[in-house]
Amino acid sequence: MLKIENVTKRFGKHIAVNNLSLNIPENSLFGFLGGNGAGKTTSFRMILGLMEATDGQITWKGKPINDKMSSKIGYLPEERGLYPKLKVQEQLVYLAKLRGMTKQEAIAGVDYWLDRFKVPEYRHKKVEELSKGNQQKIQFMSAVLHKPELLILDEPFSGLDPVNVEMLQDAVVDLRKHGTTIVFSSHQMAQVEQLCRELCILVKGDAVVKGNLSDIKRSYGKKNVVIHSEEDLHFVEGLNGVINFKMYVDHCEFQIEEEKEAKTILQEVNDQVFVRKFAIEEPSLNDIFIEKVGASYE
Amino acid sequence: MNKFFLVMWHTFWTRFKSKAFIISTAITLLVIFSLTNIDKIIEAFTGDEKEMIVLDDTDSTYEMVEASLKDIDHVSFELFEKPLDEGKRLVEEGEYDGFLHFVKEDDRFPNVYFYTEKGGISTVEMTIEQVLQQFKTMAATEEAGVNEEQLALINEPLQFEKIALSEGAKSEEEMNQARGIVYVMLFVLYMAIIIYGQMIASDVAVEKSSRVMEILISSAPPTTHMFAKIIGIALLGLSQMIIIVVFGFTLLRNKFEVIPDEVMTEFGFGDLSFSLYIYALVFFILGYLLYATIAAMLGSLVSRVEDVQQLIFPLIMLIIIAFMIAMVGLSMPEAKFITITSFIPFFAPMIMFLRVGMINVPIWEVALSISILILTIIILGWLAARVYRGGVLLYGPSRSLKDFKQALQLSKKEK
Repeated sequence: MLKIENVTKRFGKHIAVNNLSLNIPENSLFGFLGGNGAGKTTSFRMILGLMEATDGQITWKGKPINDKMSSKIGYLPEERGLYPKLKVQEQLVYLAKLRGMTKQEAIAGVDYWLDRFKVPEYRHKKVEELSKGNQQKIQFMSAVLHKPELLILDEPFSGLDPVNVEMLQDAVVDLRKHGTTIVFSSHQMAQVEQLCRELCILVKGDAVVKGNLSDIKRSYGKKNVVIHSEEDLHFVEGLNGVINFKMYVDHCEFQIEEEKEAKTILQEVNDQVFVRKFAIEEPSLNDIFIEKVGASYE
Repeated sequence: MNKFFLVMWHTFWTRFKSKAFIISTAITLLVIFSLTNIDKIIEAFTGDEKEMIVLDDTDSTYEMVEASLKDIDHVSFELFEKPLDEGKRLVEEGEYDGFLHFVKEDDRFPNVYFYTEKGGISTVEMTIEQVLQQFKTMAATEEAGVNEEQLALINEPLQFEKIALSEGAKSEEEMNQARGIVYVMLFVLYMAIIIYGQMIASDVAVEKSSRVMEILISSAPPTTHMFAKIIGIALLGLSQMIIIVVFGFTLLRNKFEVIPDEVMTEFGFGDLSFSLYIYALVFFILGYLLYATIAAMLGSLVSRVEDVQQLIFPLIMLIIIAFMIAMVGLSMPEAKFITITSFIPFFAPMIMFLRVGMINVPIWEVALSISILILTIIILGWLAARVYRGGVLLYGPSRSLKDFKQALQLSKKEK
C-alpha cells in the first residue's frame, strides 16, 4: 500500500499540496487528475523522495521511500529525461544498473521492450535522433526496465499518436496484471475513466475528489439526460430542475440534480413534442472534472 | 557505494571515449611532439644549405678562421678571388646567400663587412659574428701579451654565495630547485581547475537541462551523484595527464637516450625532499576538490548549458587571481601578502604549496592552512550537496544568487 498521510508542501507562502491523504492499494492503477499547476508533479516528487514534504509522511509498504528503495520504484518524468547524446541501449543499461540491475538483465529487458514497442532498430541510435513519440517509448522503458513494484508515470501519454497511446496503455495494463502498482497523471479524462478504478482530482493542491470511480460518480449526484427529437427542444431549458442545458442539431443534453426529476421532465416534454429517445446517463469524468476544476478558475 | 562507482565510471567512460576528449588529447600530443622535435622541423623549413663567399683582403685571416667557420651548421664558405663589386652583384642576383668581406686594418684584426640580399638578422649571422669575435679577442690579448691562463682568470665570474644562518633555512640552490617543481605544480593545478572544473559544471548542466537528472537523483542520492561526478572527472583528468606525461617522457627518452641531469634539476626532479612531493599531491587534491565542488554546485543552478560560462566566470577569475599571486610569490616567497593569502582557502592550494617549497614554513602554519582548506571543502561540499539537490529541480532563466537561495529552500523541509 502506498500511504500518503496528511502531506503538505509549501514553497514559501505558496501551498503546492495541501493536506493530501491517499491510500493507494497494491496492484492498482491509480489516476491523478488536475489542471496545470494543481500539484501533481510536486506530489510525485514527494512520493519519489526527490523533495521532502513540509508536513506529513509517505510510506510504501510501511516504509518511508528513499534511495535505498530505488530498485523497487520506477519513474517517468513529465518532460523527457534522457541523455540526448547517448545511444538507446547504452543509456537504458546505465539507468537500469543505477536501479540495481545487472548488465545482462538490463540487456534482456531492452531486447524485450524494443521488440514489444516495435522499435528494435533504435537500439544503437542516439536519443536526440528519435522523434518525440519514440523518445517517450524509450523513456517509458527506462521507467519499467528494472521491473519496479511501484511505477509513477507523470503524463505518460502526452504527445503520442493514437497507435502509440494504445501500445503504451496495453503495456501499463499488462504491468498491473503482473502485480505492479501504478500511479499516473493525465489530462485525458476518457483514458483515466477507461484505465483506473481509483483516482483523485487535485485543485490547487487540494484533493477535491478522491476514491473509487463509481463511488465518485454516484456521489456526484447529478445525472446527464439526453433527449432526441425532430422538433424544437429549446423550451426544455426553461423546465424545472434542468441545469447546464446544451442544444445540439437533433438533440439536447442537460443535467438534473436527482433521478426522480427526470420523470416530471419526461412527462412535460412528451406533452409538447414527439420524443424519439430519452435517456438518463451516468456523468462522465470529464463533467466532474470540468465542474470541480472549472469552479476553481472562477 | 556501488552506485557511487557506477556514476563515477559512467562519467569517466562516456567522456573518455568521446570524440572531444580523443581529439583534444591528440592535439596536445601533437604539440608535444612538435616541441620536442622543434629542431628538425625548423631545419625542414629552413631548407637548403646557405652558400657564402668570402673575400679576404688580408690574405691570412680566412686561413686562420676557415676551420671554425666551416664548423657552423648549414652554411658553406668558399673563397672568392674576384673584385668586390662582382661579389655584391652575385649576392644581389641570389647566386649566393651572403658575402663576407675582411678589410685590412693596419696591424689589428680586420674589419668585417657582411653583404646579404635582404636586411634583418638571422641566427647564422649571429653565429658567424660570435666565431669571429673569439678570434678577435684572441688576437687582441695575444697582442697585449696576455696568455691564455691570465685570460681565463680575467673572465672568471665572481663567487657570490648566500648562506642563510637560521637552522633549516633553504639554501639558494635548494630554492632554485624547488622553484621548478612549484612552477610545474602551480601550472598543472591551474590548468586542471580551469579545464576540468568547467567540464564538471557543463556535465551537470547537460544532465539537468536534459532532465535526466530527475531520474538520476531518484536512483541515487544527489550527494553521491555529485561526488561521483567530481571523482569521475578527476580520473579523466588523471588519465589524460598520464597519457601526456608518458608520451612526452618516451619522446624525450628517444631523443636523448638519457635525460641530462641538468634538465632534471632544472625542473626540480633532482634530489628534492620526498615530503615536497607529498605536499604537492595533498595540495593538488585539496585544490581540485575545492574548486570542483563549487563548479558542480554552479552547474546545478543553470537550466541551459549555454549559461554555464556566465555562472562559472567568477570561479575562473578566482583561480586566475590565485595563479597571479603565486607567480609574484615565486620571486618573493617571504612577502607579507603571500603569507596572508596562504591561509585563504581559495588561494591556499597554490600559495601555501609555494611557501612550503620555496622557504621554511613552520609546520603548524602548514597544518593550519590545510585544516582551513579541508574545513572549507567540507562546508562547501555540504552546501553544494544541498544546492545540488534543490538546484537540479529548479528550472527557468538563471539569476544566480536568487536561484541559489531558492535551491537551498527547495532542498529543505520548510517549517
